[in-house]
Amino acid sequence: MQRAMANRLTPYMFMAPAVVIMVIALLYPLGYMVWGSFRDWDPSQTIGEAEFVGLKNYITLWHDPNFRESLGVTLSFAFFVVTFEMIIGVGLALLLDRNIRGMSVLRTLFILPMMIAPVVVGLMWRYMYHPTVGTFNRFFESIGLPSVDWLGANALMSVIIADIWQWTPFIFILSLAALQSLPRSALEAARIDGATGWQQIIHIKLPLMMPVLIVTGLLRLIDAFKVLEVILVMTEGGPGLSTEILALRISRTATEFRELGVAAAMSNYLLILLLFITLMMFAFTRWQEMRTNRLRAAAEEDE
Amino acid sequence: MPNIHLENLIKRYGNVEVLHGIDLEMADNEFTVLVGPSGCGKSTTLRMIAGLEDVSEGEIYIGGKPVSRLEPKDRDLAMVFQDYALYPHMNVARNMSFALRLQKRPQAEIDKKVRDVAATLGLTDYLARKPGELSGGQRQRVAMGRALTRDAATFLFDEPLSNLDAKLRGQMRAELALMSQRVQKNMIYVTHDQIEAMTLADRIVVMHGGYIQQQGTPEELFKRPVNKFVAGFLGMPPMNFLEGEIEERSEAIYVKGDGFDLRLQGEKTQSIRQHKNKEVILGVRPSDLNYDQNASAENTLTLDVMVSEYVGAQSVLLCKCGPAKVMVEVNSETPVALGQKLTFAVNPNGVHLFDRKSEVAI
Ligand SMILES: Nc1ncnc2c1ncn2[C@@H]1O[C@H](COP(=O)(O)OP(=O)(O)OP(=O)(O)O)[C@@H](O)[C@H]1O
Ligand SMILES: [Mg+2]
Repeated sequence: MQRAMANRLTPYMFMAPAVVIMVIALLYPLGYMVWGSFRDWDPSQTIGEAEFVGLKNYITLWHDPNFRESLGVTLSFAFFVVTFEMIIGVGLALLLDRNIRGMSVLRTLFILPMMIAPVVVGLMWRYMYHPTVGTFNRFFESIGLPSVDWLGANALMSVIIADIWQWTPFIFILSLAALQSLPRSALEAARIDGATGWQQIIHIKLPLMMPVLIVTGLLRLIDAFKVLEVILVMTEGGPGLSTEILALRISRTATEFRELGVAAAMSNYLLILLLFITLMMFAFTRWQEMRTNRLRAAAEEDE
Repeated sequence: MPNIHLENLIKRYGNVEVLHGIDLEMADNEFTVLVGPSGCGKSTTLRMIAGLEDVSEGEIYIGGKPVSRLEPKDRDLAMVFQDYALYPHMNVARNMSFALRLQKRPQAEIDKKVRDVAATLGLTDYLARKPGELSGGQRQRVAMGRALTRDAATFLFDEPLSNLDAKLRGQMRAELALMSQRVQKNMIYVTHDQIEAMTLADRIVVMHGGYIQQQGTPEELFKRPVNKFVAGFLGMPPMNFLEGEIEERSEAIYVKGDGFDLRLQGEKTQSIRQHKNKEVILGVRPSDLNYDQNASAENTLTLDVMVSEYVGAQSVLLCKCGPAKVMVEVNSETPVALGQKLTFAVNPNGVHLFDRKSEVAI
């Protein structure tokens, strides 16, 4: 009896340390944040002293134009970076998927931006965008073009460009991997069937890469919602609120405005958004698995 | 349709030469079959004709025009791949119509073509399925169908029937034979299966180790193989080989070896006389040995029966002649006991002799 019981408990005993760490490192802070978001909470108070206000923080935020603007900035930032990164990344992969000499060096060079620390990227781009001594404006001047107000009037565009520079390589290497694992003989068949280079891309390569591309895009989307350091270093959210993405607004609400409850509520909004995207991705992979299983079952039935 | 001509075709992968100068002239509308053991370069030859592999040296002419620098799509050919190479994301109908859709043919014409071909190949029920939802044999038929919907001038087949069961393979072989008579096209067909080769081919090309061993009509190759490899490769059960020596005794020519002493009486006897005392290999097909207890000793082989394989109307006997193993085909009615000694008359014109060193026919 005792023995059987011990046997049944063994797996849980082995899992216990991991569960404890999960609870401490993940669930506790998460619960703390959710709990805090229902309170009017100043950093000088412990959470117990803060007054419980129910959904007030969420409702205030919903009607707060600044929060809405910040959400809008985040959404358009995420939309533009992911769109451009997908187009450029996939395009480069299609272009560089061939065996000519020096290609491996070139590929390595392409992924360098991804390896640089975000703060360094921010500093670098802030310098390059500098209105008078920055690389871009000096270059424009030297070829006789008017200088651009990079981090002023065009701040959002500028941070989007910097993000594209940093994260296109991510999409590039994943697409390249997807491309190189395509069935080669199907492409050969397409060549015999008379497909030109473009037709091969449109009818064969892109459709076959699509599962990888969707997952890659979603991963990038989740990441784009959380970007902080590069923008913090480059613009600190300015001018005005033009580049104040949510992550930045959360940190400012907590530190400058000293409204921990509101910051927590804002984090939860972001969390819900990300959770939604993640669930979509999860559902997509599940759907794909089910599809392949179904297909395999169908094929075996016919044998 | 244009003829195809391979001129001294050489293929190297890095430093390894896998094809050593293939010379081949195929007449218009000829059904050419490339046969040979695995790894002999059949697929490579076919892929070079298709334009999927670069030509290392030599030239390919289609209709007199050098094409080795042309893209596959500019060579006007259709191909069935050894590994099907279907488009995984398209259903059967779209797989089969891909080339026609690229050519922007009218939809009605495409539909009709696909329906017709699907009907011949028994694929009508599967048109809406994706390749992943099909069995191996069905996929192979789709691969065939995709080539047949095109009206290219040249069809290349790389072992298109290898994954079908025996019955379906027989049907498809007949279907192909019919088609090759009906539509006048160049067909180049790669196979391991000598029955396919013998039944379909206008011309058989036997390849081995990156060389062409012999080419000609099925009958030529079967009756007059130029060397031991070709002789052993074509024919089922395969030709028997016995080591011996040519001797001349009282104006007659004999081949004598361990366990046999056979007098030659065929058409070639006079020309063999000059090879007196040469060490040779005697080749006799199982079908050229006839069970005959009364034949005179100098026309016969006497064999110890070891195993009898019943295959229906015929039985294949595995026998011993001295140290060598010999297979014979007999009528299943023949009374045979294992361990028995039987005499078989040798068809005088079914005797093949090969030089023992060079293995070239004499
Ligand atoms: N990409 C390659 N690199 C190096 N060697 C190769 C390559 N492709 C084929 N070979 C070699 O070329 C030779 C011929 O190959 P091929 O595929 O033409 O054989 P095959 O006659 O079609 O055989 P099978 O009947 O098994 O299909 C083989 O020895 C193979 O190892
Ligand atoms: Mg092959």
